[in-house]
Amino acid sequence: MKKSAFLGTLAAATFAAGFAAAGTLDDVKAAGELKCGVSTGLAGFALANANGVWDGFDVAVCRAVAAAVLGDGNAVKFVPTTGKTRFTALASGEIDMLARNTTWTFSRDVDLKFEFAGVNYYDGQGFMAPKALGISSAKELDGATVCIQTGTTTELNLADFFRANGISYDPVPIETNSEAQAQYLAGACDVYTTDASGLASTRATFESPDDHMVLPEIVSKEPLGPLVRHGDNNWGDIVRWTLNALITAEELGVTSMNVAKHSSEAGKNPEVNRLLGTEGDLGGMLGLDKAWASRAIAVNGNYGEIFEKNIGVNTPIGIARGLNASWTEGGLIYSAPFR
Amino acid sequence: MTAIPDPSKQGFKFSQLLYDTRYRSMTIQIIALIGILLFFGWLINNTASNLATLGKPIQFKFLGEPASYDINQRLLDYTSRDTHLRASLIGLLNTLILAFMGCVTATVLGVAIGVMRLSKNWLVARVMTLYIETFRNIPVLLWIIIVFSIMIETMPTPSAFRSGEASMMLYDSIAITNRGVYVPEPLFSRSLGDWNLFGTSSLRFGISLDLVVILITLFVGIFASRKVKKNADKIQNETGMRPTTWWKRLSLIIFPVAIILWILGLYLGYPELKGFNFKGGTYMRNSLIALWVALSLYTAAFIAENVRAGIQAVSKGQSEAAHALGISSSRTMSLVILPQALRIIIPPLISQYLNLTKNSSLAIAVGYMDLTGTLMGITLNQTGRELETVLMGMAVYLAISLAISSVMNWYNNSVKLVER
Repeated sequence: MKKSAFLGTLAAATFAAGFAAAGTLDDVKAAGELKCGVSTGLAGFALANANGVWDGFDVAVCRAVAAAVLGDGNAVKFVPTTGKTRFTALASGEIDMLARNTTWTFSRDVDLKFEFAGVNYYDGQGFMAPKALGISSAKELDGATVCIQTGTTTELNLADFFRANGISYDPVPIETNSEAQAQYLAGACDVYTTDASGLASTRATFESPDDHMVLPEIVSKEPLGPLVRHGDNNWGDIVRWTLNALITAEELGVTSMNVAKHSSEAGKNPEVNRLLGTEGDLGGMLGLDKAWASRAIAVNGNYGEIFEKNIGVNTPIGIARGLNASWTEGGLIYSAPFR
Repeated sequence: MTAIPDPSKQGFKFSQLLYDTRYRSMTIQIIALIGILLFFGWLINNTASNLATLGKPIQFKFLGEPASYDINQRLLDYTSRDTHLRASLIGLLNTLILAFMGCVTATVLGVAIGVMRLSKNWLVARVMTLYIETFRNIPVLLWIIIVFSIMIETMPTPSAFRSGEASMMLYDSIAITNRGVYVPEPLFSRSLGDWNLFGTSSLRFGISLDLVVILITLFVGIFASRKVKKNADKIQNETGMRPTTWWKRLSLIIFPVAIILWILGLYLGYPELKGFNFKGGTYMRNSLIALWVALSLYTAAFIAENVRAGIQAVSKGQSEAAHALGISSSRTMSLVILPQALRIIIPPLISQYLNLTKNSSLAIAVGYMDLTGTLMGITLNQTGRELETVLMGMAVYLAISLAISSVMNWYNNSVKLVER
């Protein structure tokens, strides 16, 4: 009798735990802040400035979600995670979402039980080498010492690339980007490999960026995007459609400048109206209010604005849109329609 | 006559469990035990059911899947196509070699420093005190990172050797770079090859027959040398004169090994700068050196204190008595003081060895691929099996620690005072 009561309590506790895990939206609302996992510091993508305020391309996604859900783009608690700790942090519920230039792969989606909300940056793995080394291709790297960030897909791509080309290398696994940078600059490794965007960002912080070059080979596909835990589809939808809202806003010409004007009254374009909530109630379907997307766009602007402000050609990072241009301009950035 | 009623005809009553002092403590203990078991049962059940809810029930199938990552320092053959289990084994060997090197160096340094701290020379004693206090009181992680930073920032890069800014040492045999140290490696032109165990499974490994032969010769030499010593002891006991045996004993150990090495065709493989890095020779990575140096220096400070305490605990009368008998200072130390001090030194020495081994898990800070870096690092990350990998890692560290303690306890039993 007592035992069955105990087991009953146990089952109830388990159910309660399962139920609590399913209501991320309510948890976030109750906490009044969004716990967002970001990188420990990658210029242009996620970096805390001198005042401790986080800024960057990935950070902007966190802020947009916080604005959509909580109405305040600053109601975010940024949790710096390394390549190694990020998945545990997300799986354990320490963070509500992860926006840390994380590659969408089959095993992460299916086996690690995560849900990728989309792609906010199409990347590929590259190599950076000092110009003094005098090499022009990654295939000349036979016997080189290569610095890699441990716990990332780059580690696996690197093994595949060198194996496929039948050349040897000496991997030096490193926890964070800044440590990798220190070792690379001290010459403890010949080349540094990570996603090409990360290389551009790292190179931009060097004293003399021109002494280093990114080799032409891109050895992998790295679609980076924000992700959430499996099992809470509503929360996954919120993150996915917030990202889509930013992308659609660029396509439709809604910017941080004119979003207030467009949101105040219904305009001529029905899709803009649906996006900004002046027509229909798409927000209600997500469990949010009508103005969710309008607030998300108002924080940092649309996708194009976020890109140009943080990593675009006019920033020290200087990445061209390339694959990350809107599909209307020949890129891959494409959102499902708001309908 | 009044009949005295039989005092305890009544049988065992249930209430006695609580009210009878003979049973009460046992009852309480049993209840507590049940409580503890239930608590752990609940913890395990809760974990298992939560993992099942997450869709990640505990299973170890991932160990058989290809690891897909490379490991830089491997004592056995390994490619990225090998399994996670083999990657863990490579990591385990890296842990063990680091722990072994660290324990040996820390003991040598620790004993020397501990003895020197008791030196009558003021300067030597004070310098050793300074060393001990500095190293004991700063976290070992900082020492590891400092040694590593010094290595990568101050040593020349391999390319500096090409341009002539740096040059190799000892007739071009040793290269010290910021990626590590390359020393000549012993090679055999008439090698006996390897003895391969476990076929092609993940646990396969080859034992070098050359090494086996050399070790056997060495042990035979040592055994013979001990025979000579025993014989000398016997002569000394009978006649009072000790024959000079050191050259006999030394040659018994050295000559057979030298002959075996000559038969096997020993030669040295020198490191050479080829391409981006040095090739050939034995490569001691910067991360291994940093960990080895930092862990040894740090642990040596603790061992030195143990040694000092052990020596000081031997009563002064012992050394005075030895001197009074005309025994020389060095023999007093080795025959009178140290055997007694060892009994006090060894138990805390065991825990220092355990500490060093456990501290070696800080290796990932400098990118050394030990067990924490492979099994509980990359494998954990690529497979997402947090609980399984960490549990396995804990079990392995526990096993290593228990093995070290049992070996050391055995040694302790052999040196401890025999009490009757």
